[in-house]
Amino acid sequence: MTEGVLIDKGKIESAGKMEEVVLIPIKEIDIKLEADVITPNSFAGKNAREIGNLPVWQGPETYPLSEFFEVIGSGGISAAETLIRIKGDAKRVKRIGEGMSAGKIEIEGSAGMHVGTGMKGGEIVVYGDADSWAGMEMTGGLLNIKGNAGDHVGCAYRGKWHGMKGGRIVIEGSARHQLGGGMDGGEILVEGNVEGFCGIRQNGGLIVVKGRALRGTGAEMAGGTIVIGGKIERFSPGFEYVSMVNSVKAGEVELIGEFKKFTGDYAISKRAKGVLYVAAEKNPEL
Amino acid sequence: MAGTIAVKNGYVFDPLNEIKGEIMDIFIKDGKVVRELSSAELKDAKVIDASGMTVMPGGVDSHSHVAGAKVNAGRSMRPEDHYKANLQKTSLTHSGSGYTVPSVYKQGYDYAAMGYTTVFEAAVPPLEARHTHEEMRATPLLDMGGYLVLGNNFFLMRYLKDGDMEKAAAYVAWMMKTHKTYGIKCVNPAGVENWGWGKNINSLDEANIHFEITPREVIKGLTEINERLGMPMPVHLHANNLGHPGCYGITRDSLKIPDGIKPRQNLDVEWAETKLDPARDRSVYLTHLMFNSFAGTTWGDCESGVKDIAGYVNNKDHVVIDSGCTPFGEATVMTGDGPAIHDLYTLTGNKWSNTDVEMECGSGVLPFTYLKSNPVHSLQWAMGLECLMLIKDPWKTIMTTDSPNGGPFTKYPEVMTWLMSEAFRNQTFSECHKWANDRSELGGVNRELSLYDLSILTRANPARTIGMVHRKGSLGVGADGDVTVYNINPQQLDANNYETLLRAFRKAEYTVKDGKIVAVKGEIVSLPEKRTYYSEVHVENEREKEMLADVKDWFRYYTLGFANYPTPEKYLENPTPIQVNGKR
Repeated sequence: MTEGVLIDKGKIESAGKMEEVVLIPIKEIDIKLEADVITPNSFAGKNAREIGNLPVWQGPETYPLSEFFEVIGSGGISAAETLIRIKGDAKRVKRIGEGMSAGKIEIEGSAGMHVGTGMKGGEIVVYGDADSWAGMEMTGGLLNIKGNAGDHVGCAYRGKWHGMKGGRIVIEGSARHQLGGGMDGGEILVEGNVEGFCGIRQNGGLIVVKGRALRGTGAEMAGGTIVIGGKIERFSPGFEYVSMVNSVKAGEVELIGEFKKFTGDYAISKRAKGVLYVAAEKNPEL
Repeated sequence: MAGTIAVKNGYVFDPLNEIKGEIMDIFIKDGKVVRELSSAELKDAKVIDASGMTVMPGGVDSHSHVAGAKVNAGRSMRPEDHYKANLQKTSLTHSGSGYTVPSVYKQGYDYAAMGYTTVFEAAVPPLEARHTHEEMRATPLLDMGGYLVLGNNFFLMRYLKDGDMEKAAAYVAWMMKTHKTYGIKCVNPAGVENWGWGKNINSLDEANIHFEITPREVIKGLTEINERLGMPMPVHLHANNLGHPGCYGITRDSLKIPDGIKPRQNLDVEWAETKLDPARDRSVYLTHLMFNSFAGTTWGDCESGVKDIAGYVNNKDHVVIDSGCTPFGEATVMTGDGPAIHDLYTLTGNKWSNTDVEMECGSGVLPFTYLKSNPVHSLQWAMGLECLMLIKDPWKTIMTTDSPNGGPFTKYPEVMTWLMSEAFRNQTFSECHKWANDRSELGGVNRELSLYDLSILTRANPARTIGMVHRKGSLGVGADGDVTVYNINPQQLDANNYETLLRAFRKAEYTVKDGKIVAVKGEIVSLPEKRTYYSEVHVENEREKEMLADVKDWFRYYTLGFANYPTPEKYLENPTPIQVNGKR
């Protein structure tokens, strides 16, 4: 699928001038922080001191954000006018951007678990890697991960069968297991590879993986589309071959290349409407 | 003085004393309602100014699932039920989480926030009695008790098949004492036993496997034993064939079985003063009528059969029902009716669990979401309300959601408001599938319940039905000092303004228990001790001995020893036995 072309209509419209808040990590973090306060929504309308006083949980205790970060600058009038820049590594900081509806967060290092969980709008850019559960159950906005991502990207919470509903996640590296589990809508694009059970129980939306995938791809999917550009190791048995196609167009994405089209997963429901495209050249045995 | 309080100038609704919104003062001394407080006592007493507000006895829920193995199975199989609904601990209260199956602490606080002080767990499998009591003990604030599941019990089915009513009654009496439970629950009589063999029962006269006993014989036997023993409450009956199109017929026929059995409640208790006769006058308490009232033959042509059953109940005096309303949204279905859960699994494909409780009963759990867009779910919403609207006498109905089966108890405010406001019902009709209107009678109902009716459905009648009027459900002298103050002025009540009602019911202005303020505007402010009620039923020693010889003989089929079977009193918080059929 080297010919893949992404027609990117999902650009976030800039809200014009943004006020920038810079967070500089000032110490090593041992127990991971629950920092769902780091969002444009909660920073908007606050000055550096007020932002520094926002509470974060660490284990059973709460501390002011300023205990861990130096805060420079003030939030904009609204979330949409607020840009948060984390200058450094935040891989032990969980839930950055949780539930945000507008504005932008740039993380110049790696992000901890649950970055962009439940985000409704706006944009997050992670220049490093993202730990597991990135974009869990997000409904809108753009989550761009320049490095690799962990397990459960755009997935449903444990026990739940409905994951990401809208928005877009772009991973420029690779991701691990259960990417897009229970996904209902939106798009996930992965430049690299994924591990097992990509798109498990998917109900809608689009997953594009340019690299290879391990077993269980699309297991129990009932709707939506998965495109795998590399080899699928151990193909799920519940899919049926439909035809060869030479391009895939789904949502706002168009991919050129020779694909084998399958539908399923019929392993459980005979009425499943999932569609799985795999690159023909990389999967000659299918 | 702790437990001494005056609730002044409120509009009081106390149906058991026929008080219909008169402005009155309620006095409570040392946790009990008294006629008046002396001026010295008044000086020390807490005073609530309830002027312009509605005052009712504390809420009594006679059917909820809040403790025990199946509730806990629901909690552990549903992490997704917990992550968004959580409660931070305070210096007074414990942390908690869960929406349809909250943790025990959250349950206690949530009930108290709505004005409820008494809640009964409606299904205790004997083998799970210890677990159930452990959870009830840990539930803060609420006075509680549990109904023992006996409709598919090996020992009882054998006795009933042999027609040995004496020993059957002795067994029930012994089981109540042994497991510290309060009344008889009967779930899918004779049918759950068949489920052990992958089958169910579909008619009242179909004999089950091995025991060769029919649902009719079980219902007849249990309702007779119930009165022979003078139990506080009627048999809580979950009829056969639940949740199937056309099931209303078997439900109506089941209700005919105990017609003619005379209620004979025999309690040795001190009764609170009430103007109405506090004694129970029903011989069967049908549970979650909505789930048992489908007409039609398939899910394609199903419709409400509530009208037919309501017609029967309107003409008879031996039946009381609770509704099992479905207020839309998330629920966790849990029942002793294993085959019903399997049917729901095949219908939905959702995750589920099923358990066989050796020699006694079964159980199943499944997450469920009631959607306004779904035709059957919309019909169920209408049917649940029909149960409470088409039966004319409010003393024959009790409001429940069979929590969390139809929806969590925290949705009671919605149900109360639908009952009181046609405008709110019309609003919901406009949002849900047209089957709600097309296939039920609800659209043609313009009855709007008064606050007095509502006080019957949520306090007086649940208490009277289960035999707790000696201390709950009224504000008569001698009753427990449990009071709810709602921020509703009955003089300015406008049922069209349903948002106001919803707000008032969601967070009671004050919840008072045993004369102590426990919640103010939904916030917990104190945690007085709670009690657990159970029936100590007396039978002749000789009968008990004969029966125990059989039980010990058959006990080898259990996986536990006889000595480990009983639930000791230490499992109960403030164990409060109620003497039944004689004195200790």
